[in-house]
Amino acid sequence: RGHTQDGTTVHRKSPQARLEPLSHPRKPVPIHEQTVKDEKGRYKRFHGAFTGGFSAGYFNTVGSKEGWTPSTFISSRQQKAAKVNARPEDFMDDEDFSEHGIAPSEITTTEDFASGPRDQIRDKARALSSLVAPIPGDNVLEDLISPARTSVGIELLRKMGWKEGQGVGPRAKRKPRTQKADGGPRVYGCALPPNGSEESEEEDDYVPENVTFAPKDVTPIDFTPKDDLHGLGYRGLDPQQALMGVSSTGHVDLFTLDSDRTSSLFGDNQMRHRRRAGVSGQAFGVGALEDDDEDIYHRDTLSNYDSVLGGEEPGDGLYGWTAPEQYNQKKKASYLGKILEGFTLASKAPEAKSIFPPPDLPRDFRPMHYFRPVVDVANVSPIVAQALLVSGGQMSTESAEKGRHQLDASQRRSLLGESSLKGPTSVFDLLDSKDKERLEASTAPAATTFSRNALSSRFQPPDSERLLSAWRSPTADTAQPFRPFEKNPEKQERYDLYISKLKQGRKDALESSLDPNMTEWERGRERDEFVRAAMLYKPSSSSLSCRFTRAKHQDDDNSVEVPRDQENDVDDKQAAVRMKMFGKLTRDTFEWHPDKLLCKRFNIPDPYPGSGLVGLPKVKRDKFSVFNFLTLSDSGLGDNGNQHAAPAAPLGLYQKFFSSFFLHFSLSNTTLRYRFVEAKKLFTRLYDN
Amino acid sequence: MAFPQPRTQPPQLTQHLLRTVDCQQGAVRAVRFNADGNYMLSCGSDKTLRLWSVSRGTLLKTYSGHGYEVLDADGSFDNSQICSCSSDKTVILWDVTTGQVTRKLRGHAGKVNSVQFNEDATVIISGSIDCSVRCWDIRFRRPDPIQILDEAQDSVSSVKVSEHELLTGSVDGRVRRYDLRMGQLHVDFINSPITCVCFSQDGQCTLSSSLDGTIRLLDKNTGEMLGEYTGHKNNSYKLDCCLSNKDTHVLSCSEDGHVYCWDLVEGSLSCKLPVGKAVVQSLSFHPSQPHLLTAIEGRVQVWGAEPQDTDAQ
Repeated sequence: RGHTQDGTTVHRKSPQARLEPLSHPRKPVPIHEQTVKDEKGRYKRFHGAFTGGFSAGYFNTVGSKEGWTPSTFISSRQQKAAKVNARPEDFMDDEDFSEHGIAPSEITTTEDFASGPRDQIRDKARALSSLVAPIPGDNVLEDLISPARTSVGIELLRKMGWKEGQGVGPRAKRKPRTQKADGGPRVYGCALPPNGSEESEEEDDYVPENVTFAPKDVTPIDFTPKDDLHGLGYRGLDPQQALMGVSSTGHVDLFTLDSDRTSSLFGDNQMRHRRRAGVSGQAFGVGALEDDDEDIYHRDTLSNYDSVLGGEEPGDGLYGWTAPEQYNQKKKASYLGKILEGFTLASKAPEAKSIFPPPDLPRDFRPMHYFRPVVDVANVSPIVAQALLVSGGQMSTESAEKGRHQLDASQRRSLLGESSLKGPTSVFDLLDSKDKERLEASTAPAATTFSRNALSSRFQPPDSERLLSAWRSPTADTAQPFRPFEKNPEKQERYDLYISKLKQGRKDALESSLDPNMTEWERGRERDEFVRAAMLYKPSSSSLSCRFTRAKHQDDDNSVEVPRDQENDVDDKQAAVRMKMFGKLTRDTFEWHPDKLLCKRFNIPDPYPGSGLVGLPKVKRDKFSVFNFLTLSDSGLGDNGNQHAAPAAPLGLYQKFFSSFFLHFSLSNTTLRYRFVEAKKLFTRLYDN
Repeated sequence: MAFPQPRTQPPQLTQHLLRTVDCQQGAVRAVRFNADGNYMLSCGSDKTLRLWSVSRGTLLKTYSGHGYEVLDADGSFDNSQICSCSSDKTVILWDVTTGQVTRKLRGHAGKVNSVQFNEDATVIISGSIDCSVRCWDIRFRRPDPIQILDEAQDSVSSVKVSEHELLTGSVDGRVRRYDLRMGQLHVDFINSPITCVCFSQDGQCTLSSSLDGTIRLLDKNTGEMLGEYTGHKNNSYKLDCCLSNKDTHVLSCSEDGHVYCWDLVEGSLSCKLPVGKAVVQSLSFHPSQPHLLTAIEGRVQVWGAEPQDTDAQ
């Protein structure tokens, strides 16, 4: 906060407020406003390169408003116009005199009065070369040729006996040390004893005792800091280089072919052919009146480019056995003629490959497979069908057309040739009466006794009268179809047919909608299933039904996402800590995925590059079950590593069976039976363990 | 002829009280050295963070901006930024020279107990009482953290960062080490709420202090306990522990007003620094020299291995 003269305080804006927030950048300049205008407001036209080749005169015409006016024109018989030599500067305008023009005129101090470093680069080059040159300090030739515009300080030093290349200071009685150049390569190795070598003694002989030497000069170090964004060593565009075409310091000209370049050895001739003032090159084109037709079209040849990495081989590579040693690889004599060029002997023998012989074929094996004919059992006499069964041919039952997963347990059993399990064939028989009642109460509000009867005696045909009445009643709401046999489209069709017949009130609905093609046993099963389905999902005949609608998502999703890898038992760990046995007992290791950005910030490669997962990998586990928290670690406490998902699986299945059984009534008997069977098998396995 | 081996210096105990600084900040909740050990940060219960010079004991700058007590702070490697966390559920990134708030990182659901920069000062890791550890991006201005680590089942009391690992200690009794290079999480069960965790200088061990009054040195790779240090009193407060600059000693605060210093290898008590009469809340060891900072009530003490006269003015 500042103070004015009478002592009142002035509040400046806080620095934070002055800063423009990054979220509001200035609007970008649209393309049609990105123009360059000169000081008179005229649009600048750049002919050629962006360094402002040249724009022609006054609105691209030469001259002024009145046209090209010569500077002096005196024409009369009396007075002849004085011959005025027109300098090129007469024809130039402001733009040409400006910074990027052809003849920039800037105000500089003249050489005599310039005290500071006029041409830093040139001075430094001179200073460095004076050290590096074969005879240090010997710039005499240059001094003769170019006018030596040295500063007065250097003149004074010279008068006092200093030569360029020497240091400034009192002279010392030392051996002249060889002044190495700055960039001399460092040599690591044994250091010679300081006074012991013969060579140094020789040097001593040539040097008389009482001669003093000037101290070593200081190599000029460039202290100018780099405060721009150019690359290292960037020096900008030098008008001389740009306009003179080929320059001495090796400006790489990509637009001339090799042939052109080599002929520049004959420098003068080449230069004369070129256009004056350096306005040449591919960017400037060729005028109509010019004779020499420069190479306008740059033709690139592949010979300009390497096809092999690593630079050229020295020489022509045609060395034979007389080649110098570096090109001659040491080879074993026995392999002289046998090794392919570019290859050498390996140091290790290759791994012996293990060969597995083909299997032994039985003597009567014929490599031909032919399919047994598929016979439709209906069209064929029973004797043939029997014969086919025995021989292993296929009958066109439904099971033949389906894949493995469309079959249900009993079909699979028949395919495998297993016998059905003894025991209660329906889970319903295992239920005690209480549970059965609970089931019915939850599913069939209207006819409880009816369903119970049906359940207790599976194979008795249920009372079709009641069923019929329920489906046929006018208040029956059949808007929401229940499709129990989604997976079996033919069955579903038959079921739909059955339902429609029920709605129509036909008494023979059941029998007429069964498939006559099926076996008797299958038909019986289907009969029961249809009846049960119809019973359970009788349309609700209350007016409330219109207030309910089927849910979009299955609400019985009993699973929740938990981390896949669970910790070991806490009690074991506590015991281990109490016993002070840290280590395997107390440590758990999990797979953990860091975020990609986090790895980038820590400058670490992503350990799981392909995975999009972040954090611990999670799996869906079932809720509401004690079994979730049971862990089977039969290996006991020494389980160091991820908890396996396998032990949890059979438990999961069993409890899924139970939960689904109690929470929602799954229709198909067969699925339930399968589940029970599976669960029983798994449990026997578990108990045996 | 080979050069003779440098004479190993005997381990220097920071026994001598060099200076006491009265911070005038209410209670000092945490005191930290900066990356090179020339400055110290003191986090006060008066919602301010102060920067002091260690050698002179002078206050250099005060940083205000938090809404509640400042609980922890850390300086970046180039001393240009400071991050601090507070009971007001935010983590603030400060510019050191101007004292302005560069970023205020909101997201935690409860007070943030511990905060630290990573090596390059591109990420801030913060652990909070809401059982989560959040990794905030400094380079880009994103309001959300890069990743949230919520494996802890109870408050995260302490976080430390190394080149490629995050170490968190939680009140649920587990030390969790997230290894970014290997993509693994290692959980070590300690069975007692953890108040402070730290890495050793050589990166092979971790130290964790817990509320059952013990400090345990665990091996990083196997999880085995290499040393156990008891004798101090730590039953109710979140107290700091640390290793000396050459990993020779284990130091810990205590609720009886002393700082305990054990020999790392033997486990025996080397010395007990009498700091004061109240609970020694926080301590911090110099990164390269044997200097120690301790905080008790509203004061910070600077301890060194040599008595006062050898330390430069």
